[in-house]
Amino acid sequence: MVHAYYAPVVERGGRRPVAEHFEHGADVGVRGRGATAEEAFAGAAAALTSLWASDPSSVRPGVEAEVACAAADLESLLVAFLDELIYLFATRRLLFASLDVRIETPPGAPLGLTARGAGEQFDACRHESTVEPKGATLTALRVAREDGGWVAQCVVDV
Amino acid sequence: MFRETSPNVWELPKTRRMRVRGLLYASRGLVEGLDEKVAQQLAGVASLPGIVGAAYAMPDAHWGYGFPIGGVAAFDPDEGGVVSAGGVGFDISCGVRTYRTGVQESDLGDRLEPLIQDLYLSVPAGVGSEGALRLSKKELDQVLVHGAQWAVREGFGESEELAFVEEHGRVRGADPTKVSDRARERQLGQVGTLGSGNHYLELQVVDRIFEAATAEAFGLAEGDLLVSIHCGSRGLGHQIGTDYLKVLGEAAPRHGLVFPDRELAAAPLRSVEGQDYLGAMRAAINCALANRQVVGHLVREAFGRRLPEARLSLIYDVSHNTCKEETHLVEGRPRRLFVHRKGATRAFGPGHPELPERYREAGQPVLVGGTMGTCSFVLAGTAEGEARAFASSCHGAGRQMSRMQAKRRWRGGALIEELASRGILIRAHSASGAAEEAPGAYKDVEEVARVAEEAGLSARVARLRPIACVKG
Repeated sequence: MVHAYYAPVVERGGRRPVAEHFEHGADVGVRGRGATAEEAFAGAAAALTSLWASDPSSVRPGVEAEVACAAADLESLLVAFLDELIYLFATRRLLFASLDVRIETPPGAPLGLTARGAGEQFDACRHESTVEPKGATLTALRVAREDGGWVAQCVVDV
Repeated sequence: MFRETSPNVWELPKTRRMRVRGLLYASRGLVEGLDEKVAQQLAGVASLPGIVGAAYAMPDAHWGYGFPIGGVAAFDPDEGGVVSAGGVGFDISCGVRTYRTGVQESDLGDRLEPLIQDLYLSVPAGVGSEGALRLSKKELDQVLVHGAQWAVREGFGESEELAFVEEHGRVRGADPTKVSDRARERQLGQVGTLGSGNHYLELQVVDRIFEAATAEAFGLAEGDLLVSIHCGSRGLGHQIGTDYLKVLGEAAPRHGLVFPDRELAAAPLRSVEGQDYLGAMRAAINCALANRQVVGHLVREAFGRRLPEARLSLIYDVSHNTCKEETHLVEGRPRRLFVHRKGATRAFGPGHPELPERYREAGQPVLVGGTMGTCSFVLAGTAEGEARAFASSCHGAGRQMSRMQAKRRWRGGALIEELASRGILIRAHSASGAAEEAPGAYKDVEEVARVAEEAGLSARVARLRPIACVKG
């Protein structure tokens, strides 16, 4: 069962990437959809961010920041990416209003991801959070082409 | 699927892939409400090398990562046994500690509201919260090695309390050098914080005694006011879970391990990766023990301000998400085993040398958290529990509804009002978080505790009724 929590957060190339949550017994799944894997990754990141700030428009794009990670395959890359965002929140209280994701596929080397975006520090008075993400899991982990676009998803332990 | 072999005992028959059978302790009602993933995950656990006895699931079992939550499995290093990061989970050593207060509910008068408000304000909780302690990396390493003993040394609580914490407040074999800098960074401001999600701090009243002699040994009488704390190892434990899920997963092919579910990520106990994980995981256990010790101290201070006649004394402190080296009798022979309890409580029976003198005849207190609207239970480890599931029992009510379903059904504000009308004061750091934790989202804890007793895992001693709760 799929339930979109809020309106699409990124728009590029005429398609509407989507960020949404999906059911898990004790925790919550984050899912992004988009025309490209990058857009789907950005959607998954937005779905994760909405656990800290349920209204994405409440996150102001005040400071710029960059995230980089690498992994052997796209699915591991998604987990590494979401874990980077969790780490940034845990240590710098950083929330992103938007993220522009680039994935490099250098021959003979691991996949590399760079995401640039703008955001601000978490403010409990303005950002309504429900739970604190602890880590991205391998449960329901999937990065694949679907319905002419891409989907990127996994369950997050909260 | 499961088939009932005797009352409250359900077998998951061994298939070609499974090395042992699965055993679920549950009533028919609980089995009917069970997520089908539990059977699948239990079968995965049963396929791991070196598993001894069976792969067990407690009455509150539900869908987890790799292991079901409420899963118990023991491994023998002499038989190629493994340690699994998925078998411990992200919230390493999350657990419950409960204090007597020496005060009766009837003595509270109009002081309940100021007390819960004080606790709400003085115990850091909620998403993004930081504690008053800002530790250096060097100090944090002391926490990782010395656990609750560090906290007592720093003035947080009394040394007599340590006898009532598992492993005397400090698990041996913690190795801070196996803990990443990232894990440390996530913890520096988080010692002494409650966290969020299902973590809570609750004032409870003993409203029923099941077993008088054990209740007396535990110092419990009807009408007594108790306070319980549910929290874990915070950011450090979460990051260790994240780090080692990757490390163990990547090392698996080198050890010839293939998992039916990647989240089972395990390494042989006798391997570098396995030993590294044990060292880091034990550091996280110590971190959680220290954290609950500090939070307990903050609670004691709030009581001092609002209820000065109260004297907080620790009943016990249990951890839920751990892998511990223990001696167990297997077919009459003592063996050193590594027992994973994922969302399960250790429940040593009477006479166990690990128990404090006061509880030696009664057995270990097993603290089972309910929800903010339903009762919690104190149970006691039994002699037969050793043979049932390596001296393990349930840990809570166990979710039966996802967070999303719960949020669709309840609104935080209305739920808090409804609970207030039933005499339960809630102070929540997040209204929508409270909705996700609605009592109706959980299994019937009364049934879980009853089944734990009927299945011989542990015996009910007392039921605790919530009167006020701080939700993280």
